[in-house]
Amino acid sequence: MADLTNEFVTQIKEAVAQKRPLIIEGSGSKRWYGNVVAGHRTLSTAGHTGILDYDPAELVLTARAGTTIAELEKGLADRGQMLPFEPPRYSSESTLGGVIAAGLSGPARPYAGGVRDFVLGLHIVDGKGDVLKFGGQVMKNVAGYDVSRLMTGSLGVLGLITQVSLKVLPVSLAQSTLCFALSEAAAIHQVNAWSAKPLPITGSVWHQGVLNVRLAGARAAVASAEQQLGGTKLAPEVAAKLWLDLQDQTHAFFGSASAMVGQRSLWRLSLPAIAPAIDAALIPGAQDQLIEWGGAQRWLWSDASPEAIRQLARSLGGHAVLFNNQHAVGDVFDKLPPPLLAIHQRLKNTFDPHGIFNPGRLCQGL
Amino acid sequence: MSEKRQRLIEALSGSLPSANLLWQKEDTAPYECDGLAAYRTLPLAVALPENEAQVQAVLKVCNEFGVPVVPRGAGTGLSGGAMPMQEGIVLSTAKMNQILNIDPLSRRAILQPGVRNLAISDAAAPYGLYYAPDPSSQIACSIGGNVAENSGGVHCLKYGLTVNNVIQVRAVLMDGDVVEFGTEALDAPGLDLLAVMIGSEGMLAVVTEVTVRLVPRPPVARVIMASFDDMTKAGNAVADVIAAGLIPAGLEMMDKAATRAVEEFVHAGYDLDAEAILLCESDGTEEEVTEEIERMSAVLRESGAIRIQVSQSEAERMVFWSGRKNAFPAAGRISPDYYCMDGTIPKKAIATLLNQIKEMEDRYGLRCMNVFHAGDGNMHPLILFDGSDEDQWHRAETFGNEILEACVALGGTITGEHGVGIEKINTMCVQFDEKERDAFFGVKAAFDPAKLLNPDKAIPTLHRCAEYGRMHVHRGQLPHPDLPRF
Repeated sequence: MADLTNEFVTQIKEAVAQKRPLIIEGSGSKRWYGNVVAGHRTLSTAGHTGILDYDPAELVLTARAGTTIAELEKGLADRGQMLPFEPPRYSSESTLGGVIAAGLSGPARPYAGGVRDFVLGLHIVDGKGDVLKFGGQVMKNVAGYDVSRLMTGSLGVLGLITQVSLKVLPVSLAQSTLCFALSEAAAIHQVNAWSAKPLPITGSVWHQGVLNVRLAGARAAVASAEQQLGGTKLAPEVAAKLWLDLQDQTHAFFGSASAMVGQRSLWRLSLPAIAPAIDAALIPGAQDQLIEWGGAQRWLWSDASPEAIRQLARSLGGHAVLFNNQHAVGDVFDKLPPPLLAIHQRLKNTFDPHGIFNPGRLCQGL
Repeated sequence: MSEKRQRLIEALSGSLPSANLLWQKEDTAPYECDGLAAYRTLPLAVALPENEAQVQAVLKVCNEFGVPVVPRGAGTGLSGGAMPMQEGIVLSTAKMNQILNIDPLSRRAILQPGVRNLAISDAAAPYGLYYAPDPSSQIACSIGGNVAENSGGVHCLKYGLTVNNVIQVRAVLMDGDVVEFGTEALDAPGLDLLAVMIGSEGMLAVVTEVTVRLVPRPPVARVIMASFDDMTKAGNAVADVIAAGLIPAGLEMMDKAATRAVEEFVHAGYDLDAEAILLCESDGTEEEVTEEIERMSAVLRESGAIRIQVSQSEAERMVFWSGRKNAFPAAGRISPDYYCMDGTIPKKAIATLLNQIKEMEDRYGLRCMNVFHAGDGNMHPLILFDGSDEDQWHRAETFGNEILEACVALGGTITGEHGVGIEKINTMCVQFDEKERDAFFGVKAAFDPAKLLNPDKAIPTLHRCAEYGRMHVHRGQLPHPDLPRF
């Protein structure tokens, strides 16, 4: 438990005076994510820790940015609650600040919501060294622009997140995973058709001809959904491992050596859930996709040109992220249309006028 | 008519069909205020575009003339966000009211901004789907206005606010550029500008299309009506329900004054001796609701409820809700005017705030009844007054500001779902310091560098805050001297 805000302010003011940008880092577990930012000094939030406020009856938890997700999850689990957006924890040291800045969510994303849906408020130190507070510790708050969500997923390019308040939820009483043998197209259709019914679905994954659907909720609701859906029920420990491996990206798909042969890169395609199946003749590697979020998140290892993959994702109404940038030479994210880029640049100028934080990590020139 | 106004109207006439441009006083008068009728101004003109191209044309003309534009949805807002400016025009999206697409498989609806909130759920009903955020004004308010205000409703504890249910917004910037915030997927490259647009009170861009998420209609809903003989017990019961791991579909509270006012109006059989009544709803499948209602009833009894009734039919559920839903007209029936506040506080502070309000009632010589979204701490104190008495209105306004300042002091916010608009602009000075307000101005300028879209709303200038501060000092003391201010 230590409040390092004043030290951060000093470091930021020094960086401004010396015109030397800073790379913000929690545990460094997502150092590889986003555009490469090299050759700058690191500002570490690792010592800035502590749960500041947590009352289960409020469904709100407030903690310093350097607090590990593991500590938060333990505190929540002790009171029967959880982080509903299931953030990927690439290491046991992953921090709250890193999770918020990266904005990545796990298998429950389309059902429970993503990181941004659970951020209620945060504190930042901006690029002038000023401490600013936005949002708050209450569920409903429309006073001022939603800067808390603007910071969520910003990869630290606007400011240093020092403290965050999150909405949390109770853990479901019952959970069950059902397994079905289905083709890619049939699986996507089926899981969307089920999602349009009042069923307690909280996760779905399709890989190599098998669809797994997770149910969670009241005991009676899960039991009756099991009856309706059919399929084969996974053993609880097998199911628990499957969803953890998906959440943390420790599933064999993400690390398979054969997938990484040659110049293949890991792509994350964020698409409308019902977008059609991707043609492997057009995009090599598409035959071995891992599909989550009811079709809205499709992972593939491919050596197709970044332009081809981005164009395909855009034509389907979504976008593509070069998730593992080991071969990256260009941008990790899709380029922004000029009017949106202009808004981004002016926002950068408002919050970080000297360009001190994570230059280029989210978008070149930002 | 001034020459500039004449030239502006001529230029706008070139952008719109003649019936879609109003500038005679008798035509613009209906637009002089929104749901906050105490603040009125006549605009230079009212533009009613029918499509995005016309929105672009109107904004380009105004940008060229340097004329401010106040966007307006259905005009039901309660904070004066759509109050016109004397030297500006009103841009109403009321004529853009088409549902463009409903896709039952992907559970999405694509809407023009003027589509009414309830019309979305009506159109989705044949597929067993609905649009979850349900502000009380849902029969009249529009989705474009909901985006502007980040509207909530009775069910947002379980189903979220507008920001959690809108996946894409298409909009026109003040210079006429069309932009899309969000994608058809669940996220987008770059910063989350969609989140910033939602709740931006028409100050960043004019919404021309909204894509919303639809959710399956739960087959069953039942509500518990629980009476308490003590306000503090009722406040604690709210926390106990949540702490027991239950997320009710709705969790609402009414105090004795509210119960009495509505009972006279709706005759729902409310417990008139109760100090507070809680309405606690469960929805889902039959099995799920049965299980939840049992658990909820047990917690409420444990927390000291003196009487518990569970709705036994859909008709009875409606009767139980009728009082809550009719609280506003009931207030209108017992008082010539009422002033509705919207602060949000941590749930643990509910009883404290209600006791503070009681003390304020005596001090201001005005009555206040309380009906509110207890589950998420969103308070709606209704201050009763007679608007024909200037002094009463002044007292009501000061009373309201004091409630909002109390909300901030208790760790909450001045507005949970109604927006700041013009109404709460002074109390923004209490919640945010100068540097935070500067950051808000920076966000505004990032979208609207010319500062012509709904300017002077929501974010107070330093000058205004200094004035507000002085006003308080004149009253003899500065409330909450521990809060950072200037």
